[in-house]
Amino acid sequence: MWSRCIKLLLLPLFLGFPAMALAVAPALGPSSPATQAQIAALQQAVQNAQSSGDNAWMLVSAALVLLMTAPGLTLFYGGLVRRKNILGTMMQSFAMMGLITVLWALVGYSLAFGQGNGFIGGFEHAFLRGVGLAPNPNYGGTIPEQTFMIYQLMFAIITPALITGAFAERVKFSSMAVFLTLWSLVVYCPMAHMIWGVGGVLNIAGGRWPVFDFAGGTVVHITSGISALVCCLYLGKRAGYPQQDMPPHSMVLSFIGAGLLWCGWFGFNAGSALNAGPLATSAFVNTQFAAAAAAIGWVTAEWIQNGKPTALGAISGAVAGLATITQASGFVQPMSALLIGLVAGIVCSFMVFEAKKFFGYDDSLDAFGVHGVGGTMGALLTGLLASGAINAVFGKDAAGKPLPTGAIDGNWHQVVNQAVGMGVGWSLAIVGTLLLLFVVDKTIGLRVSAADEAAGLDLSQHGEEGYDFNG
Amino acid sequence: MLKIEAVIQPAKLDAVKEALIEAGIEGMTILEARGHGRQKGHSEFYRGREYTIDLLPKVKIEMVVVDDMRDKTIQAILGAARTGHIGDGKIFVSRVDEAIRIRNDERGETAI
Repeated sequence: MWSRCIKLLLLPLFLGFPAMALAVAPALGPSSPATQAQIAALQQAVQNAQSSGDNAWMLVSAALVLLMTAPGLTLFYGGLVRRKNILGTMMQSFAMMGLITVLWALVGYSLAFGQGNGFIGGFEHAFLRGVGLAPNPNYGGTIPEQTFMIYQLMFAIITPALITGAFAERVKFSSMAVFLTLWSLVVYCPMAHMIWGVGGVLNIAGGRWPVFDFAGGTVVHITSGISALVCCLYLGKRAGYPQQDMPPHSMVLSFIGAGLLWCGWFGFNAGSALNAGPLATSAFVNTQFAAAAAAIGWVTAEWIQNGKPTALGAISGAVAGLATITQASGFVQPMSALLIGLVAGIVCSFMVFEAKKFFGYDDSLDAFGVHGVGGTMGALLTGLLASGAINAVFGKDAAGKPLPTGAIDGNWHQVVNQAVGMGVGWSLAIVGTLLLLFVVDKTIGLRVSAADEAAGLDLSQHGEEGYDFNG
Repeated sequence: MLKIEAVIQPAKLDAVKEALIEAGIEGMTILEARGHGRQKGHSEFYRGREYTIDLLPKVKIEMVVVDDMRDKTIQAILGAARTGHIGDGKIFVSRVDEAIRIRNDERGETAI
């Protein structure tokens, strides 16, 4: 009893000494050199702490986005093709991890994020010249520029990889590699520069038409999805399609892939805040909500139409929701994300079920139906539902109230801006893809021979088989 | 010596295997198979597209028995594999000329 009283009496003394020490310090006067040094040291410490926190999240996000390509997309697409094409399909995505990385180091990053003009970056950062460990105030001011560079690389990798779903099972490995490498330069780098690059014509900060594209709905999903449609129209159908049945050979692999895509998408969307602050949380929450609502939307639509809720419907719906929320993820309220997801699930399932049948194109793995359609919807829905309360991109008024951001805030003009961004994305994808397909087709030829197609890409392109039962 | 081949529903494999062991069959070979008889296939939906799957998963059991075991074996399979519905499968019986145990070159019925 007594000892407790003594402890209680001693407690203020222990707490008091450090406080007195702090109180004494200002007595030296604010202009004292010692104090100035202390303040500077404190400021530096605070900055370092924030930088460490942000950098930790951004490096993890970069790894998460790479996880989306392999094993996420490789498994998702790999399971959907016939067993004789699984390695060929996986290699198409995996090849991007090699090719685009080297390209990015040489010129890609410079063309996307260098100064340049309104449409494409310059060559000042070629060979990563000047891209060091100091932050670049234009690109996430608290993280090393190399972190930003490597994070953006992961987006540049997955975008062409998404296209491979449209020409699955029928393209030569060599021409695929040449086509997608050139595509990255001709379509991806300019699009990324226009929307995210300094001085880009569609950049939120000072562009002629400020487009809200938080994580790449236009830069990634519209460009890849529309190019996918062009590819499958140009290439024609797989031999035997649609008379011959070509069901997925392993739904289990696709399931694992879709799960990894969903998980990796948190790095894709929440990482696009470029820091570990509240905006990242907002994007994280919206990502989860939209994916869930879209899975429900797709499954419900097909349950009504075909009588059964399928596993492939659930995972396709989730991916459609993720593609659609990408553009809006850092701009909208959680309830808007639910709505966007639900619409994405229903509309994308309709496009995959009905529109594809009606027009008769062979978008083998539905890269257009999911990413092109989802990306386009996402672009417009972001203009409608962007809220200044989540992300006051246009600043705040004198009273501290965010200026109107999307149509939901009264800024209907943003829908026009979004439509311009979408139009640029569609046009660039159509023109660039057509041009490159034509050039590659006339020089080295795009399609495999009929015999190679029948044998499968695994054997004909790589001399391997995905499944070996001789072990 | 007789070879008895039974194509059955995969779900009935455990029951048939137990019935055969109870009947005194010592060895058998199980194959995963696909096929159909009069029972045609079913429909599957992938992304809204209907696929008619006419080759259904089946299990094929192969065993070689001495002539005396013929009826006992057939009864064991019938008892365990029959549901009374279409698609229960079939049993084929054929004569076998020779059986050889690879390990020691034993021949004939002792090699079964």
